[in-house]
Amino acid sequence: MGLTNQSTSIGVLKDLYRVAPASSDDLVVALAGNPNTGKSTVFNRLTGLNQHTGNWPGKTVTNARGRYKHRGKNYILVDLPGTYSLSANSVEEQTARDFLCLGNPDVTVIVTDATCLERNLNLVLQILEITDKAVVCVNLLDEAKRKKISIDLNKLSEHLGVPVIGTSARSGKGLEELKDAVEAVALGQTKTNPLRISYEDGSDMDSVVSSLVSASEKIARETVRREATPGAVRRGAETRVSAASVQSAAVEQVWNLDRDIDRILTSRALGVPIMIALLGVVFWITIAGANIPSSILADGLFRLEELLSDFILQTGAPAWVHGILVTGAFRTVAWVVSVMLPPMAIFFPLFTLLEDLGYLPRVAFNLDYFFKKACAHGKQALTMCMGFGCNAAGVISCRIIDSPRERLIATLTNNFVPCNGRFPTLIALATIFIAGNLNGPFRSVAAAASILAVIVLAVVITLLISRLLSKTILKGLPSSFTLELPPYRKPQIGQVIVRSVFDRTLFVLARAVMVAAPAGLFIWIMANIEAGDFSLLEHCARFLDPFAKLLGLDGYILMAFILGLPANEIVVPILIMSYMSQGSMLELDSLAELSRLFADNGWTWLTAVCMMLFSLNHWPCGTTLLTIRKETQSWKWTVAAFLVPTLTGIVLCFLVAQGASLLQLV
Amino acid sequence: MSKKIIPLNQLPVGALGKVAAIAAEGMERRRMLDLGLIKDTAVVSLRKSPAGDPVAYGIRGAVIALRSEEASKILVERQYQ
Repeated sequence: MGLTNQSTSIGVLKDLYRVAPASSDDLVVALAGNPNTGKSTVFNRLTGLNQHTGNWPGKTVTNARGRYKHRGKNYILVDLPGTYSLSANSVEEQTARDFLCLGNPDVTVIVTDATCLERNLNLVLQILEITDKAVVCVNLLDEAKRKKISIDLNKLSEHLGVPVIGTSARSGKGLEELKDAVEAVALGQTKTNPLRISYEDGSDMDSVVSSLVSASEKIARETVRREATPGAVRRGAETRVSAASVQSAAVEQVWNLDRDIDRILTSRALGVPIMIALLGVVFWITIAGANIPSSILADGLFRLEELLSDFILQTGAPAWVHGILVTGAFRTVAWVVSVMLPPMAIFFPLFTLLEDLGYLPRVAFNLDYFFKKACAHGKQALTMCMGFGCNAAGVISCRIIDSPRERLIATLTNNFVPCNGRFPTLIALATIFIAGNLNGPFRSVAAAASILAVIVLAVVITLLISRLLSKTILKGLPSSFTLELPPYRKPQIGQVIVRSVFDRTLFVLARAVMVAAPAGLFIWIMANIEAGDFSLLEHCARFLDPFAKLLGLDGYILMAFILGLPANEIVVPILIMSYMSQGSMLELDSLAELSRLFADNGWTWLTAVCMMLFSLNHWPCGTTLLTIRKETQSWKWTVAAFLVPTLTGIVLCFLVAQGASLLQLV
Repeated sequence: MSKKIIPLNQLPVGALGKVAAIAAEGMERRRMLDLGLIKDTAVVSLRKSPAGDPVAYGIRGAVIALRSEEASKILVERQYQ
């Protein structure tokens, strides 16, 4: 899933679960395995699709399917959610089990992590009980080599009775052999004799799991070789203590470097400050890095606008054609592309790198206590992280929370976290009004610091509202919380950056054309059709103005937010257009101009603050609302998702605006 | 030597325990078993989060964070070096 083109566009509404083979010749391959085994990487490599991979458990919450061709045959690959077991403890396990039992795949590929094979065997053995046609893929062999672990694949295959293929999917190794093995099993060329565990001790829960675990231990003992690590010497005492030597090796397996890193990243003193600092650094890189590309794009598009303008005037078309096409549609698109694209194209790759590294579960680990106090689930921290990129993706990621009550809380509050579409709004406002007097590098730092403050505020608001919700409309007790902290993995930096930048650019451009252009057109029309003394736009603005003034805003700002329902990134362009249609036809190519435009329209620092607050706390965008409707299957909760942030925003802005005027601060 | 059996959330950081019993039922129990917490499994308490809760435990080669409520239902026998 992750922050890709697929997961943040309207396409998320399509559930990719039902598999209908295009023709009866297509072979269906199910891809199962524990979370974090590189399953999605295998999927990507085989299908060439851009399903995102990331290093945190519970990642793949939507099923993805893709196709590939091998030796003339068509294969449909279905990526099941990662599960530890098929005991149907959670929606993911149910989904996986249902597909394996009822979906009738021709072959099941079980992806395992070579660095912790024993644990993975639990699921392998359970799957082998259901199906004969299986291939086990031992992935992450490169990681295993790094940790001095070697697996005897042949012996493993003997034990399990099915083909075992070793791969390093990240570097593309072993995939051809995997495809060959899949073909052989699917077509019946390889006869499998899967290991079936006998549950002699009994069929109650404990005995069943115990039998599975013992069988896994036995197999692992005979196929996995570890070289002694320096840490083992230190912990030699532990080895002597436990009954089974394999168990104590399991304790020592917790990789040393990871432990040392975590000791700092989750420490009492440094854990949270480092987190905040890291976030600050990400914002600073985004803001500072976006400056130059933004001005280049702005210059280029400005020149393009002139050319377009001349061209249209030359054709002798009426003024209104020039108006809607150039002043309306084109300019709005130009704004979105030059202002929104660079920050998004920088933030998403950075975020993806952090994801791939495996840092995000540490965030959840650090913050869980506060979420518990808010009667919410620790994994909400992860859904909020996703919300930074895109709230629609954030809402979908709420599936990682099992308990329906806590999932709803996470869904309803996801919008408090500003998505990438709102960042540039916040950045622009912060830069003009807060950092406006500073110059050079300090400006970026000050802007980053103010965004950071805004985010911290957003988190605090989320926690408070979550608590409020769990005391009122979503009452209940905290559910269980188990979170795996996966080992750190070195992200493939080059690949991630290239793929993410490309992906994001396409997304923003597509949205700019499909959403921003029509919006700009619409606004121009509204601003230039007169009804009585005023344009339609003015009528609406005047109508909203009294209420808006109470909130420290004005009618045009509120209109801009309302019209910005399809996509948050068009709020500022709409506002600019509204103001500009009132008088001087400025060419907007710098923030100084923007600052003057706002000041001319009665803005003070209070207006900027209130607008930032409202941007943070208002209704979710169209895509997000539709996603919420689909995820919750309920109009009631969708309306709630609309109202909760909106009411919060109204109350907050009201308090700030009235408070400031009472205290005569403005 | 008498056995010292304590709930996991009382296991000090850095200490080793051996699973004796699980005081949970149904889905919760199954989830814990699936994590590998069957009888006689070695568990080590690795570190606390900044706020003291949850705590990260080493279970069969994985690092799993458990809240104190969950950890209190897992009874372990303290192992001394």
